[in-house]
Amino acid sequence: MSSLPLVSTAAIGRSVAVATPAWPSLVFERLSAMPKLAGVTSASRLEVRPAPQMVSSGVREIDALSGGLPRGCLTEICGPASSGRTSVLLAALAAATGRQEVCALVDISDAFNPHSAAAAGVNFEKMLWVRCGRLQKQSSPQRHRNTEKIEKIERPVKQGLRVVDLLLQSGGFGLVIIDLGDTPLKMARRIPLASWFRFQRAVEHTATVLFVVSQVPCAQTCASLLLKVSGKKLSAPSCQLSVETSPAHAQLLDGIQVQGELLRSRLERKPAGSVTTAFTTKVRAG
Amino acid sequence: MPFACIFVPDFPVEALLRAEPELRSQSLAVLEGKAPLQKVFAVNEHARRAGVDPGMTKLQIEACGGLVLRVRSLPQEATAHAALLDCGHSFSPRVEDAGCDTIVLDLAGLQPLFGPPPKIARALAHRASALGLEVSVAVAGNPDTAVLAARGFSGVTVIPEGKEAEQLGSLPVEVLFENPTRESVRLLETFNRWGIRKLRDLAALPNIALSERLGQSGVHLQKLARGATFHTLVPVESLLIFEEMIELEYPLVLLEPLAFLLGRLLEQLCARLEARALATQELRLCLELENGWQVEEIVMRTEARRSFHRTLRLPVPLLDSRTFLKLLQLDLKAHPPGAPIVKIHLAAEPVRPRATQSGLFLPPSPEPEKLELTLAKIAGIVGEDKVGSFELLDTHRPQGFRMQRFAPGSFSPQRHGDPEKDNSNILFPASSLSSSVSLCLCGENLVTALRIFRPPVDATVIMQDGKPASIHCPKNKETQGDILWAAGPWRSSGDWWEQGDWLRDEWDIAVQGETSIALYRLVRDRLGGRWFLEGTYD
Repeated sequence: MSSLPLVSTAAIGRSVAVATPAWPSLVFERLSAMPKLAGVTSASRLEVRPAPQMVSSGVREIDALSGGLPRGCLTEICGPASSGRTSVLLAALAAATGRQEVCALVDISDAFNPHSAAAAGVNFEKMLWVRCGRLQKQSSPQRHRNTEKIEKIERPVKQGLRVVDLLLQSGGFGLVIIDLGDTPLKMARRIPLASWFRFQRAVEHTATVLFVVSQVPCAQTCASLLLKVSGKKLSAPSCQLSVETSPAHAQLLDGIQVQGELLRSRLERKPAGSVTTAFTTKVRAG
Repeated sequence: MPFACIFVPDFPVEALLRAEPELRSQSLAVLEGKAPLQKVFAVNEHARRAGVDPGMTKLQIEACGGLVLRVRSLPQEATAHAALLDCGHSFSPRVEDAGCDTIVLDLAGLQPLFGPPPKIARALAHRASALGLEVSVAVAGNPDTAVLAARGFSGVTVIPEGKEAEQLGSLPVEVLFENPTRESVRLLETFNRWGIRKLRDLAALPNIALSERLGQSGVHLQKLARGATFHTLVPVESLLIFEEMIELEYPLVLLEPLAFLLGRLLEQLCARLEARALATQELRLCLELENGWQVEEIVMRTEARRSFHRTLRLPVPLLDSRTFLKLLQLDLKAHPPGAPIVKIHLAAEPVRPRATQSGLFLPPSPEPEKLELTLAKIAGIVGEDKVGSFELLDTHRPQGFRMQRFAPGSFSPQRHGDPEKDNSNILFPASSLSSSVSLCLCGENLVTALRIFRPPVDATVIMQDGKPASIHCPKNKETQGDILWAAGPWRSSGDWWEQGDWLRDEWDIAVQGETSIALYRLVRDRLGGRWFLEGTYD
């Protein structure tokens, strides 16, 4: 086998460039002369993303904690039953309708109470209520009972996601609320991240506040603001939940003492003063 | 003072072609009468060239290849005539109805708006074409000359004043007679015997001799031929009825071809409304169904059973045929007719178009057209009765509310700090208000919300010392165990004067859940003895 020459005969006799101290400036000069890559912006020219406009949530303590609800972002509030999350939902609705904005509530579990909304001061004319979970026509008797049971749980969530998509694509709403408060945890966690990402992109650069109420955090990284509420203790004239000798007709439920905690905020540019807050709800006739 | 005449040649054919424009390039004959004695009533130019003439029997024309046959439709002719009047009214307020296929307009005062008469004539032809009618337009100094010119010359004709006799001279004498009557047939025969073929021949006859032979009718015809008549226009007060209809050759079963025809009818309706500077807020669709089909939703009467009605009410006046079509499609998909369709009738209620002006400082709101489409799509997903706003009823009955149509309405500015609206502190003082935070008044007292269980959750409750001690819900495994705290009962009742009376006791209870204590509203139906959980305080 013939060996290849290491250096071609044509190269012999050519002058070879030798590194000199002028090389860095020469390299810089050559790099600057190269055609710029399309779509690439130098870091010095990147603009600072403006902070989203904040609107009141209707609860003074939450506004002090987080600055309000951000427009064009997804806000999530989570907590177990009787933690005060629905009260915060109604307060946000009352505040938004009070600003004469058109709002929409996608009620996955059909749990909304119009009388509580009236007591909270919600303007009905500005609020669209979508009640999910319509029963289909009578299923065939061959269908398995378990399949029907699963479908009965999944159907409202699927309907709700489609409805939210339609509302966000339509545009013009000041506040869109997704109420997953009574949705089973397993079902709520199975909502694909792609759906949340899609919703988040749909409200970006719009004036819509997308507000999600759930038992546990569902939107994950798509939520710009994540609040957790828990019922601190019952607010009642008598002591807490102890076996009382006072008759039941002498007891009265005043309200719920709520503990709120800011778990995540992508909007803060300065450290928050406090990450927790507390407030009380009042029971009104309704 | 110029007058314009719009004439629709082969009017029965044009009336049918409005609904089926694809037949315009084919030979078309319109039949009238009962089978098997049907005869040709009207033909278009292609059929005329193929040798088909009015009066021929169906048997005679069946030998002609490529001939499309349609049955005469009087309702379609009525809508075509209405469209013709709409076309005239879109230019002039003074329009005379000179026949089912002819209208005359007074063009006085229109030149500053629309330009010189030739331009007006071209605009009339263009507008009529947009409404589905191919017309001939003529402009002249008097109405009768304009009518003769429109009937005699195709396309757009303008006769300058003083040139009427010269321009009309080349027309055949048949143009003087609109409908064949005994008198007109006699006169035509007389003219034929005299060798009078053209209007110039008639105009050249001696006046006195003509009156001696044919009387005043002959003199009148001569004046018409000379363009020397004048009659005062009698404007028609046309009713604002906007309807379009089509009778189908064969029954339609699928919704897709129905949507295609509906789209065409909607385009015609919107064009007519636009010609009158109107919009619509209500569309009424009536589908005539094929006989012999049993449809459950239709009233059990023979005549009423054959019709299927749907009404589309819009929150604001609109004039977009695509939006209307989409709404009708969604509605028909949710409420299908259930039987093949043989006739489609579409009517629009005319209203003034809305005049809205967007403001810089108004809050965002959905566009009415988009919102209506979105609501229709959502109704198709969750059901019509499950989407909308709500109205509280004047009753103490629990869950006393009803769903109603969602119509956000127009923005009514509210003064900030309105005492009727809210009496709480301002969140941010005005001096420190930044552009990133909107001013809003917040309530001091946050209302405790009640989440409702729909349907209510049945429960088994064990009482102790007159108050609930433990609870068991077969369908809600989280609500089991001892009741930690209870308040109540509160008794309420109502409607005892009606059949739907109710009597119930309410308790507020606290039950230990998996991770925290949950508060519920427990209800006992005193009439039925049943316990159930109505909702949870949250």
